Amino acid sequence: MARYIAGRIGAMILLLFLVCLFTYVIFFVLSPDPAVQICGKNCTPDRINQIRENLGLDQPFLTQFWTFLSGIFVGRTYGDGSIVCSAPCLGYSFQSSEPVWDMITARLPVSATVAVGAAVLWLLSGISAGLISALKQRTWWDRSAMVVALGGISIPNYVVALLLQYVLVVKLKLLPFPQPVKFTDSPGLWFENYLMPWLVLSFAYSSVYARLTRANVIDTMAENYVRTARAKGLANALVIRRHALRPALTPLATIFAMDFAGLLGGALITETVFGLNGVGKMAADSITKNDQPVIMAVTLLAAFLVIVGNIVVDLLYGLLDPRVRTASA
Amino acid sequence: MNRQSVQPSPVEQGSPDQQALLEVADLTVSFPTPQGISTVVADLGFTLEPGASLGIVGESGSGKSMTSLAIMGLLPPSATRTGSIKLSGTELTTLSESGMRQLRGNTMSMIFQDPLSSLNPYYTIGLQITEAYRAHHPHVSRRELRKIAVDALDRVHIPRARERIDHYPHQFSGGMRQRVMIAMALCTEPDLLIADEPTTALDVTVQAQILELIAELRAETGTGLIMITHDLAVVAQVADQVVVMQHGDCVEQGSAQAVFSAPQHPYTDALLEAVPRIDDDIEDLRQVQRPAGPSSNRTVPGGSVSTGKEPRV
Amino acid sequence: MTETVIEAQSLTKEFGKRTRSGAAFRAVDDVSFRLSRGTTLALVGESGSGKSTTARMVAQLIKPTSGRVLLNGTDVTGAGGASLRQFRSQVQVVFQDPFSSLNPRHSVETIITAPLRYQKRTVPGGTRRFTQQLMERVGLDPDHYRRLPSQFSGGQAQRIGIARALAVNPSLVICDEAVSALDVSVQAQVINLLARLQAEEGLSYLFIAHDLAVVRQIADQVAVMSEGSIVEAGDREEVFDRPRHPYTQKLLSAIPRIPSEWDAARRAAREPTPALQQVAGSPPGQEKR
Repeated sequence: MARYIAGRIGAMILLLFLVCLFTYVIFFVLSPDPAVQICGKNCTPDRINQIRENLGLDQPFLTQFWTFLSGIFVGRTYGDGSIVCSAPCLGYSFQSSEPVWDMITARLPVSATVAVGAAVLWLLSGISAGLISALKQRTWWDRSAMVVALGGISIPNYVVALLLQYVLVVKLKLLPFPQPVKFTDSPGLWFENYLMPWLVLSFAYSSVYARLTRANVIDTMAENYVRTARAKGLANALVIRRHALRPALTPLATIFAMDFAGLLGGALITETVFGLNGVGKMAADSITKNDQPVIMAVTLLAAFLVIVGNIVVDLLYGLLDPRVRTASA
Repeated sequence: MNRQSVQPSPVEQGSPDQQALLEVADLTVSFPTPQGISTVVADLGFTLEPGASLGIVGESGSGKSMTSLAIMGLLPPSATRTGSIKLSGTELTTLSESGMRQLRGNTMSMIFQDPLSSLNPYYTIGLQITEAYRAHHPHVSRRELRKIAVDALDRVHIPRARERIDHYPHQFSGGMRQRVMIAMALCTEPDLLIADEPTTALDVTVQAQILELIAELRAETGTGLIMITHDLAVVAQVADQVVVMQHGDCVEQGSAQAVFSAPQHPYTDALLEAVPRIDDDIEDLRQVQRPAGPSSNRTVPGGSVSTGKEPRV
Repeated sequence: MTETVIEAQSLTKEFGKRTRSGAAFRAVDDVSFRLSRGTTLALVGESGSGKSTTARMVAQLIKPTSGRVLLNGTDVTGAGGASLRQFRSQVQVVFQDPFSSLNPRHSVETIITAPLRYQKRTVPGGTRRFTQQLMERVGLDPDHYRRLPSQFSGGQAQRIGIARALAVNPSLVICDEAVSALDVSVQAQVINLLARLQAEEGLSYLFIAHDLAVVRQIADQVAVMSEGSIVEAGDREEVFDRPRHPYTQKLLSAIPRIPSEWDAARRAAREPTPALQQVAGSPPGQEKR
């Protein structure tokens, strides 16, 4: 088992390295000169050269790449050594000159809050809706739930977001316009602030999970071991909970790990629509403004989370399914 | 292998005031299909005395499995069941679902054909045994439950029972799994055990062991047995009474000896002729002449619709 | 001495890798046998005995880890390309479940003529006539050539599989549990068909089964397998009436039997026919073939 994890971590490091390299190459080839960007208006050639030197942009590609990579582990210095960026150093934003690492750590909690809240909502609503649908196949509940779920999957996030904002904030005036609020400052307001992003995200995901749960439960209810459970005279609720639902949820758990990991990397559209200062919004801004260090960092973070999610999924399966567990032990 | 004669009470004449264990009368099961109503069991009737054994034998589509599900009340919701089924005098067809649940796994238990898919792979067999017991004896301590599970495994001769309580179904071989199912079915000491093709999926040597085990346990506990199978030789070995089914009808029934040595119905006779024997052989196996009867409104769900034309060999 | 149509020499099949703790798993261990033309050799065993794996190696569906398969004296082990095609015109397989081994979307005609297309052969008179003739030979209604397998019963669908095997006029047909999935009455019909075809065409059969009673009806030679090896082999009478290996004995004694006195009583009550009269008088083991 330990060997297995070590192997996976090794593969992860390799993969992250390749992601790094690939992204860096894209920038190197495609971006306009960053020095010019940073300089902005009223730029002189001298200033441009100076910036180039400071940031090490006049170095050959490999040197630049190496400096970037090593900077993540040991930190690096800029210019004549006066600017010290301690490990993990992801550079400074071309736009705001903020240390990128700090930018991420500041915004990650916001994205995490969005992700966790949405996850709780979509798991509860999706799985229960799917379960009820499966148990009451082809009734009006089932049909309408699945139609709604179809909408959730098909309608783009930003449409839902804007609609929800329009209805809840503008028309019904139930919620205030989203604004950044710390939990410690005002829990009530904090909750209201996050409610709409949670609703938007969970609508999309819970639709998927409802349909998945429904399909899986229909399958498990037809299994022979459910028939055995009934033949033993178990109460109906117990049969459903223990023998139909639990096996049906195993594939869902693994999908959830991947979904959640991806969501931690920032829900780009939702955050932008609601003006939340999360990693997603940062990513969106940095891409439009060609802010290379930030883009690199966000890409690396997303890749890291997805890969970790993948590893968790594989381990989860071993935990959840006894047949896999004993085979690999 | 010798014929096993197990029943503690005589088949032919029970004492007049001894109540029958199971009385089935006019049992009919039908399903709606796109082609109309399909009757899978038609007017079936038989009686089983306490502790006796009955074999229901037939080929695929005969309705034998449906009969067992009808008795247990486990038919799919679309099925219609009419007739009378009395378990020790209690009428099952009018019993509520919760009443049935009290009987299932408690007074009457069932084991199925494929033990691998009939056990839940996510739970230990210890849990699956104890939940059967707990469903009918709710106030038993955890420690006692564990003991009951270990005892159950011991009774079916599974070695290292204490250890294997915590194992999962896939960690057992096919024959062992069927033993587990038997343990599960008998841990509540039911009056009736229904076994639906319990050995069909097993090797012949394992089958012999399982049949022996069932006979042994029945001798200990006096449990009645309904054995559903397509294998006439198994029926001959295990059952005192036989019901022969074809396309939902009971074409013949009686004591095993009577049915096998003097079959009244041509289908029974033809079926017996067609069984390959291990002890002697016939130059040319006789073929079963399917009676040219009213051709089916009786479409058999799940099987293919017969083209009606006899193959010409 | 009749010629040997197929010979297996020391066939072995290992699965998995060799680990530090031991060898890889051996499904088949040093299996050898010979099948004479026009006869039936039955490979019997329980699950895990290796009989199916052996059959597949003979059929060139899987490659042996070691050992050889000889067809009419020629080594065909691991054949590929043209020699494999040649092999398949001589050796055909009938599988256990016709509903999963026949393409459910193909008509009977397509199924039966598929081997011809693979062999790039044409038939005089066209495929339609060919198909119908073959269907009649196996006892199917020739008007059903357009139907799909799902429109037939189990026994009829198995006849389609047999017809397909016969399409290229093979010398050897491997029956891999070909009657195991059928009802008892239908089993008898299909076994009769196979026996008749063997008598008429001189076919040889390698018959894989777990049911000894069925094997008794059709086999000339029997090889009993257990855990990858052949533990006993010989003529049918030898193996069934005078089994030497304890496993064979155990296997035979485990089979449930209908008490012979019941059978005798039943047969005596039937209208006696000449064939039966002769059979009823002879002790078990001695029969006409």
